[in-house]
Amino acid sequence: QDRCGCVLMMLCDGVCVQAQKLLRERLCHQKLPDQPVGLDSQYKHLLELLRRTAVHGESNSVLIVGPRGSGKTMLLGCVLRELMSLKEAQKNVLLVELNGLLQTDDKIALKEITRQLHLENVVGDKVFGSFAENLAFLLEALKKGDKSSSRPVLFVLDEFDLFAHHKNQTLLYNLLDVSQSAQTPVAVLGLTCRLDVLELLEKRVKSRFSHRQIHLFSSLSFAQYLDVVRAQLSLPPDFPDPKFSDEWNHSKLCEDKTVEEILRRNFNGSKDFRSLHSLLFLAVSRVSVSHSTLREADLIEAWRLISVDSKANVLHGLSILELCLIIAMKHLNDTYDGEPFNFQMVHNEFKKFIQRKSHSIHKFEKPVVMKAFEHLLQLELVRPVDSGVCKVQREYQLMRLMLEHGQVMEALQRYPQCPTDVKQWALSAFVHIM
Amino acid sequence: MSHQKSFQYADLLSVLERVVDIMSAPDQYSYPSVFIYGHRATGKSHVVLSIMKDLELPHASVDCVECVSSGLLFHQVLSAFFGPDAAALLPRCPSLSDFVRLYKQMSSNSPATQTRYIILDRAERMRDMDFSLLPALLRLQELVNDNVTVILLSEIVWEKFRPNTGCFEPLLFHFPDYSKGKSLVQILSWDHHPSYTPELYASYINILLGVFFSVCRDLRELRHLAVLNFSKFCEPLEKGEAKESDIHKLWKNIEPHLQRAMQTVYLREVSSVQWEQQQMDEKEATTLRVLSAHAHIELPYYSKFLLIAAYLASFNPARTDRRFFLKSHGKIRKTNFLKKHEKTSNHLLGPKPFPLDRLMAIFYSVVDSRVAPTASVFSQISSLVTLQLLSQVGHDDQLDSPKYKCSVSLDFILAISRCVCVCVRLLDLLALSLVIQSQVVRQERSLFTAVSNLHLL
Repeated sequence: QDRCGCVLMMLCDGVCVQAQKLLRERLCHQKLPDQPVGLDSQYKHLLELLRRTAVHGESNSVLIVGPRGSGKTMLLGCVLRELMSLKEAQKNVLLVELNGLLQTDDKIALKEITRQLHLENVVGDKVFGSFAENLAFLLEALKKGDKSSSRPVLFVLDEFDLFAHHKNQTLLYNLLDVSQSAQTPVAVLGLTCRLDVLELLEKRVKSRFSHRQIHLFSSLSFAQYLDVVRAQLSLPPDFPDPKFSDEWNHSKLCEDKTVEEILRRNFNGSKDFRSLHSLLFLAVSRVSVSHSTLREADLIEAWRLISVDSKANVLHGLSILELCLIIAMKHLNDTYDGEPFNFQMVHNEFKKFIQRKSHSIHKFEKPVVMKAFEHLLQLELVRPVDSGVCKVQREYQLMRLMLEHGQVMEALQRYPQCPTDVKQWALSAFVHIM
Repeated sequence: MSHQKSFQYADLLSVLERVVDIMSAPDQYSYPSVFIYGHRATGKSHVVLSIMKDLELPHASVDCVECVSSGLLFHQVLSAFFGPDAAALLPRCPSLSDFVRLYKQMSSNSPATQTRYIILDRAERMRDMDFSLLPALLRLQELVNDNVTVILLSEIVWEKFRPNTGCFEPLLFHFPDYSKGKSLVQILSWDHHPSYTPELYASYINILLGVFFSVCRDLRELRHLAVLNFSKFCEPLEKGEAKESDIHKLWKNIEPHLQRAMQTVYLREVSSVQWEQQQMDEKEATTLRVLSAHAHIELPYYSKFLLIAAYLASFNPARTDRRFFLKSHGKIRKTNFLKKHEKTSNHLLGPKPFPLDRLMAIFYSVVDSRVAPTASVFSQISSLVTLQLLSQVGHDDQLDSPKYKCSVSLDFILAISRCVCVCVRLLDLLALSLVIQSQVVRQERSLFTAVSNLHLL
């Protein structure tokens, strides 16, 4: 309790606070950078497309495709920011933003569009009319206009692949239909992480789509990645305390061997910036008055937190009986090549161990062993093969172990005060097979 | 109490430091979502809520078990942050879209001066709710454009939460479990009874952990057991038979009691009230009425034989019936007794279905008197099905040749056959089926002689 208070007081010190604030906005809040890194051609392409809609009144549709964390929303945000700075676009363009996670149904999506466009059937917040009426109204509003006199509308559909799961894909069909016919200039922008998104579209919807896709595949080399890391961690030149920012920027953190090793392993895992941000955030959050520069130890600690195996952590906290059950299941997997097993078989293996090799494990009754087994089920370390309807008795229901051989052996090494006969039993399997 | 709780944190100080670091700048942005996992009763909810209260951060704590529908979740979050009037603005069956829209409206009226925290306890339930709820909540900060962080607490690891097409990955933190010596004994000792010394209670806890620690590490279970059994532990002290320093004597008194507790109270076969009562009137040596069927079920005479016959039918392969149940079966051929696929013991694979005719055939050969095939015998089969001692396999309306399966274990059958005044032959039959099942194929010759001897009886 006191420690929490202390931390707060210490951080109320100006410069550190400011540095933290800046870095947190960059790393957590995903503040838009001035220029997206490594995405120049895609940026130009998208900007040109949208300019044509906003200024010249051309209808368009485009899909931005890229894996999670590759910068789709960031790219779109930067392009829209630049677009809105153009004088002609600023006054005219209407923006409608939809998200597949929020608007899970065409009805909800339609109401949202009507609301965002402030059409006449919206009073305050409430949209009147049924789905059919709203759709007819919207289409009429969109189709009445023409190139010269009506305002261009930009439809941004985040999580585009989720819209393809709606019934009949009504919304997509109508939006793309409007973008094909020469009426109100409309641009339909989809953002999605699925590469096969076009397979999800119906034939009639696919034919109305312009098949324009912008792919965001990161092509950074490791050296460029290191530059990005330095840039992300550096304070801008207009920072209020130049001495502090100078010292901070010249900390030579990235030249350290261990840090470079960590960054290389992160880079090999995934090139996107989101995982980098979480690593950097964990390190940056340790900065405080008493600890005012970023040190190697912080990054090493952060990497250790990120790269730990969560199942190994769970195994660490199991009781001896549960651990023995897991070893019994591992033996069954080894003997029967991964065939599903049931509780009776596991109990049988366990009994064999108790009778022959064990000195330290007490002989437990079957219901007690069953309760331990059910605990493993609750932790989802063991899963039934056909989850759901079970017409079979509990003891005979087939299950699978959700752990790998290596994970079990490693967990055994780390297990506190593991009895030696249990360890011997776990290691004895190899002899048994051969 | 707070000093006791802070003592508890000594074990997880490093995790606590990280979590506090993340929350230590409330007027700045924090990571959009955090996932904390750990075993039961390791203090996840307690620690997080204590931090929230101590730092006086605006938070909404929701237990996902209570949220049968997502509307309840939205209601709780909005009323915690913006008051009940805001929550009343939600429409009847609010969708996620309504929630986000309303949140944006409310937060533009009263923007967040400090980071708002949404704490979702037992978050594994969220996987069964709306498929878009979990990914949307993980990126709530981006969707509502406000300084809000979502903290998920769960027992299950993050890999089991991840949706198919991915989502915004939260920061992961593991709450470590208690070690036996340092933390667990200390925490359990806090409940010590005021009329006895803490050292006595500590030795009691050590004895309790000696029995139960290898089975269960859940703090709540251990506390429950400690509270229930302490009065029994102190009985010799009250009666004057032992002093506080006679640990060995006290141990001898309590240890069988704890073993019995493991069979009953730990498994919830008896309620704690029944257990406490039983401790008080133990002189009458009343046996506990346990929940499970096999201790006290009463069946009619022929039903017992039917059940035994059903067990034999389920677990013996049909080919062996002739050998066991016919009085004369001709030449015994020394064939390979068990087929290859039957080598894995039937006892491990579970009961097999059998038709009604086979059941009746075995029944007539097992029962020790002549029984006429009347309706009363057959109706006992359907009552066995109702009692769920047999289960019907296949379609309900298949009246012609119904198939059944035996759903009781060997212990139950042995208990029944002991109650019934059955001759040695029946017990031998059961024992024999056990021997056969356990793959002792090499002793065929002696087995054949044993079988033929049986039928000469």
